[in-house]
Amino acid sequence: MEENETLLSEAKKDADAAETSRALYEVKMTYLGRTGKISALLQKMKDAAKEDRPALGKKINDLRMKLEAHFEALEEKIKQRELEYKLKHERIDVTMPGKRKREGVLHPVTRVKNELIDVFAGMGFEIYEGPEIENEYYNFTALNTPADHPARDMQDTFYVTDEFLLRTQTSAAQIRVMEKKKPPIKILSPGRVFRSDDDATHSPMFHQMEGLVVDKGITLCDLQGMLDEFARSVFSDSSKTRLRPSYFPFTEPSVEVDVSCASCGGKGCSLCKGTGWIEVLGAGMVNRRVLENCGVDPDVYTGFAFGMGIERIAMLKYGINNIKLLTENDVRFLEQFKD
Amino acid sequence: MLAPLSWLKDYVEIDIPAEELQEKLFSCGFEVEELTYLGKDVTNVVVGKITKCEKHPDADRLTVCTVDCGAHGVKQICTAATNVFEGALVPCALDGATVLHEGGIQKIKTGKLRGVLSEGMFCSGEELGINNDFYDGAEVYGILILGDEATVGEDVRKLVGIDDYLFDIAVTANRPDCQSILGLAREIAAALNRPLKMPALGYRRTDTDVKIKVTVKEPALCPRYIGHYVKDVKIGVSPQWMRRRLALCGLRSVSDVVDITNFVLLETGQPMHAFDRNFLRGDEVIVRRANEGEKIVTLDKKEFTLNPSNLLICDQKGGVALAGIMGGLNSEIKPETSEVFFEAAKFARDSVRKTSRALGQRSDSSARFEKGVDAYSAELAMDRALHLVEELGCGVPTSYRIDVNAADMTPKKIETSYEKINALLGIEVPRDQTNAILERLGFGVAQSGDRLAVTVPLWREDVDGYPDIAEEVIRSYGYEHIVPTFLSAATVTHGGLTHAQKTELKFKNTLKAEGFLEACNYSFGSPKDFDLLRLPQNAPERNAVAIRNPIGEDLSVMRTTLCATMLQNIVRNVRRGNDTGRLFELANVYLADMLPLQTLPLERKTCVMGLWGEGDFFDMKGAVEAIGEAFDLNLSFERAEKSFLHSGKTAAVKLGEKTVGYLGELHPAIANELALEKPAYLCELDYAALSKKFSKDISYRNLPKFPSIRRDLAVVVNESVTCADATACILRACKAVKKAELFDVYRSDALGSDKKSMAFRLTFMPEETAEKPLSPEAVDGFFHKILGNLSNNLGAELR
Repeated sequence: MEENETLLSEAKKDADAAETSRALYEVKMTYLGRTGKISALLQKMKDAAKEDRPALGKKINDLRMKLEAHFEALEEKIKQRELEYKLKHERIDVTMPGKRKREGVLHPVTRVKNELIDVFAGMGFEIYEGPEIENEYYNFTALNTPADHPARDMQDTFYVTDEFLLRTQTSAAQIRVMEKKKPPIKILSPGRVFRSDDDATHSPMFHQMEGLVVDKGITLCDLQGMLDEFARSVFSDSSKTRLRPSYFPFTEPSVEVDVSCASCGGKGCSLCKGTGWIEVLGAGMVNRRVLENCGVDPDVYTGFAFGMGIERIAMLKYGINNIKLLTENDVRFLEQFKD
Repeated sequence: MLAPLSWLKDYVEIDIPAEELQEKLFSCGFEVEELTYLGKDVTNVVVGKITKCEKHPDADRLTVCTVDCGAHGVKQICTAATNVFEGALVPCALDGATVLHEGGIQKIKTGKLRGVLSEGMFCSGEELGINNDFYDGAEVYGILILGDEATVGEDVRKLVGIDDYLFDIAVTANRPDCQSILGLAREIAAALNRPLKMPALGYRRTDTDVKIKVTVKEPALCPRYIGHYVKDVKIGVSPQWMRRRLALCGLRSVSDVVDITNFVLLETGQPMHAFDRNFLRGDEVIVRRANEGEKIVTLDKKEFTLNPSNLLICDQKGGVALAGIMGGLNSEIKPETSEVFFEAAKFARDSVRKTSRALGQRSDSSARFEKGVDAYSAELAMDRALHLVEELGCGVPTSYRIDVNAADMTPKKIETSYEKINALLGIEVPRDQTNAILERLGFGVAQSGDRLAVTVPLWREDVDGYPDIAEEVIRSYGYEHIVPTFLSAATVTHGGLTHAQKTELKFKNTLKAEGFLEACNYSFGSPKDFDLLRLPQNAPERNAVAIRNPIGEDLSVMRTTLCATMLQNIVRNVRRGNDTGRLFELANVYLADMLPLQTLPLERKTCVMGLWGEGDFFDMKGAVEAIGEAFDLNLSFERAEKSFLHSGKTAAVKLGEKTVGYLGELHPAIANELALEKPAYLCELDYAALSKKFSKDISYRNLPKFPSIRRDLAVVVNESVTCADATACILRACKAVKKAELFDVYRSDALGSDKKSMAFRLTFMPEETAEKPLSPEAVDGFFHKILGNLSNNLGAELR
């Protein structure tokens, strides 16, 4: 059994010499692996006399257990040492930039449009989108603006043919909705509109959001109530609206709606040109003729409509000073509208 | 509309400051776009009397004057002007005064001129900002010499007519009656609750035998035509007060008779014209359509060739005026004119507008007619003009008047009730207030209990129903009385986005998550864009809907592809130093069945993506795959060609058999043309077609009972073998392989020049009904089957 003692002391020596867990594992396999030295001893047992085998087996087993215990203790020690080494030497520069996937952004007009839709959808408005190339009946005639009406001059219209034009206002959607749907109606219609105007404050294409409510007993007070709600949601909790007389062929009475200046709180500043108010949208009670044109009885139903420029609201909200920025698509501009 | 305060004050007593009047006008619907105090730049300038003129001791060109400035004392002023004399009354700018000088403001200070004290400066008309129409003599070279009516020491502004406010008022299209001083005065009178003072209209009529016939052949285009004959005309210069008013409103004085027509136009809003009777051949005025090719030369010496859509005022020989736009040169008022035939007519607004636009000829008259002139004003204006003729003494109004009137002159009556008006407004306006407001605005009011009968004044053609009455009431009563309510009477409705709108938002958010920024471009572009994209002449994209009156050629056709504008966005960004980026736009393209349009074109929602700088074809393809995944679309990609894309790096995107878009690298030649140094990638998708197949109904599937097993497989194949070929071959080999994902392609000299190694990660799954996991031996079997398939079909070898 000298042989076993030698094996044990050799193994311990080899194991103690191992500095890493990998090296220790190699040593362990040399002795305890499937083809290791202990296995070889067990193989050799076949040659021993039958009666000697149990005692021999027990001895080899003892040896194996001693070895296993020894390796285990060493493993634990090396692991601990390696861990300490790791913690001491694995250092990263935590100030280096993080790795990430860059998110894109939605266009500021889309952002504002979505925000407006959220406000009005919550009040029971459905969304309707009409065609951008319209016929002049929907864009003008049905909206109480016959061919010789001077209001057609209020908007410089792009014509495609005598009959077809690029819609100048989302109001055209009013008619398309009322032809199909009977009151109660609460519709919001966003979209592109076109006017042949191109200067520092006008763009030949911009977005409008049209709102239409038709039901029994709708009043001017309801219009202002809804617009107050809109102003509070979109601008600030303390926003107020002010109505003043105006003219649109498809509403009567017609009003221009100003919102108290969110930048100065109504005291007067450069943004509101010292008036404390900012012109935001046009509105009014739906003209009887418009209701009649759509087969809605104006003696039973009344309604109001409002229309606002989405770019204008975006410019006010974000302090954008030039409408052209919205169609230049400069990535440095767009990136500022990240969520 | 320009309105001087002094003129408004003729018709209504205004005792509030101009700024307060501005507020009043604003709240009743007349926004004052600009309020100017005309004398604001001329301060501390008073009337002085020169009592002594002496030569300057050291300067030949200077005169030293002693000036009596009344309460301001006696001053010594040196001047270089040569028209001063002892006894002259002149405007003196005293120490600290401001005057106008070469477009700016000049401050005057006491100082020494060549050693002699000068305590101010004498002013010319130009330095006061006036011309002869404001004050005679204002345009002489030198100092303005004032008349005897000037009082020594008084502020000069009042004297020369600049102590006045000018209101520039935005008048809405429904109120043409307020395109006049009188109309605005009426509104102010109502707002201030003061009576309106009508202008003087009376005149004596002298008998005459002269008869000038008027024949209106187109009563629809000329509903009313009033003519009046004035004899013994002596053309002269208008009085200062009249010229000053014309000047305040931006008109130059011509002669008294012509000035009267312009004055009446401003005052009443009714355009007028004066013909020299001696040039009305045949003593007849005929209102008819022009003959094809008929010519007329207008007062400004421009010749026009007309057609029957133009209304022409003619005598028995031919045209003498373009109706409502401008008189003819042949019958103009000349210094020797001795008889005048005045015209005050109503021409249809559309007819005037069309002719004015078609000929490109505009005037103050046509501007008024385009907005709408009522039939009532013609008579008022004629009476006023004749009164002024008499007052100015420039002619003798006769008894000959002709009034051809096809217009309905019965005032409109609106039967309504206080309740209806209040129901629309949502508030209770007291009945007596309602009555008073309407009466102040010239409406007739008859009350009977709750019933209300309103007679609409003839100048208010815009009013035709009770909502108009409600508007009149509320704009006077005040919008501040409206109490906001929240649809107290309305039915509750269910709102929100439709499915299509929700998916559109999701679509945008998917691209946003892929790092794309949303762009927004005009819906129109240039026809040259198609050339830039090298689209063949017969390409369907070239059938674009064209705008008849575009802003310019660059914005003249509706987009049929979004690629051109996206390309422009990329170029603009790169030029601005943004050398990497990702953009997308979701917008309509407009596809016509037939040109010119017979029906509304198809508006097809389309998505375009652009990517430049960092990233390549597969980044773009990844974004398309992300869309496919988000909406459960089984998209596939095939090699394709597109005129503006790199022929080796272009794929068609297919949904089933249908091509729904393409993506690829921008054609290197186009990139070169646009000075893009790095490749750019474009993708255009038919959103409308894709969105039809959108589905993402989530329904839970049982998790597999046993884990899947992954194996990597690397094979060497010929260069021509595509990923799609190999993948299909793998998946066909056995059912258990669920996924084959390419993760590496490797080429080397050792493999051979026409060879490549493709490495796939294979995922194996047991059948759903299987009772036990896949054994390593079973997977080995599948693996060999796959390898066999690849080898037989594609000549692949295990690497």
